[in-house]
Amino acid sequence: MKKIKKIKIKINGKFSTINENLSLLIFLKQLEIPLKKVAIELNQEIIDKKKLNNINLKKNDNIEIVHFIGGG
Amino acid sequence: MTQDKFIVAKKKFNSRLIVGTGKYKSMSECAKAIKLSGADIITVAVRRVNISDKKKPLLMDYIDPKKITYLPNTAGCFTSEEALRTLRLAREIGGWKLVKLEVLGDKKNLFPDMIETLKSTEVLTKEGFNVMVYCNDDPLMAQRLENVGACAIMPLAAPIGSGLGILNPTNIKIIRSQTKLPVIVDAGLGQASDAAIAMELGCDGVLANTAIAKAKKPFLMSLAFKNAVIAGRQSYLAGRIEKTIYGSASSPKSGII
Repeated sequence: MKKIKKIKIKINGKFSTINENLSLLIFLKQLEIPLKKVAIELNQEIIDKKKLNNINLKKNDNIEIVHFIGGG
Repeated sequence: MTQDKFIVAKKKFNSRLIVGTGKYKSMSECAKAIKLSGADIITVAVRRVNISDKKKPLLMDYIDPKKITYLPNTAGCFTSEEALRTLRLAREIGGWKLVKLEVLGDKKNLFPDMIETLKSTEVLTKEGFNVMVYCNDDPLMAQRLENVGACAIMPLAAPIGSGLGILNPTNIKIIRSQTKLPVIVDAGLGQASDAAIAMELGCDGVLANTAIAKAKKPFLMSLAFKNAVIAGRQSYLAGRIEKTIYGSASSPKSGII
């Protein structure tokens, strides 16, 4: 059986180890991110939320997930 | 007064008070204060989602963006790049185009960096944003912001969170008189009367956060701001009397016994 390769990525400034080729959609669902209430950036590029399933995560990817919080 | 609507980027609002959602003790306190203020627009900040604490309450769970207009801001941004990135992300969250731009230049007094602000306003306008711009109380800069497409001018009353009130009412009046855009006094208000003064100067609206959130009784201050903005607007529309240096009796002189 082929062993699944692990890769290191960064999410909101913290390192995380995940399976290689995991789709961004599945990764965010695993994290229970409420997709309707956030925006997602991958390597400084904004990602269209409809296309999350088409993106497979690669080594050293940098993900930022933001939402609205209280502010003046 | 029913016809006296507050219009920003062709959108009509009933309340001329915009409130910030920062510095409250809890989300529920914030939500209640907002309700009492009667505001139709609230400012919100864009920040990282807390990945490790999934149970942390979200602002959207407490304040429904379908019932009130969220105005994403760029609080905490010190460069044009940071501000542009923040607002592009804000738009992506849910299609927000009406935004508040604020590019700070100094960490101590939190005054805006107007060069970066001007640059950002131009870029954002070209990208289709309706940009309400936090700026200093400089009429020339306000004019430049208008020239590059700002949809509202938001001069500071005083440094953010300072509570000093309107330090330069003359400049605010000049800014109001020279533009057709809405002018909203933003930042530095300390109490409800400051909001009334802003409205009496002819401003179209007021933005308050710290003055309400950090008052000893935020709910009462929220109501006070609501009333002050209404009273100030009514006073402005009613037209004040001329000032004279002599007295003028209120009762008729004829028929004195």
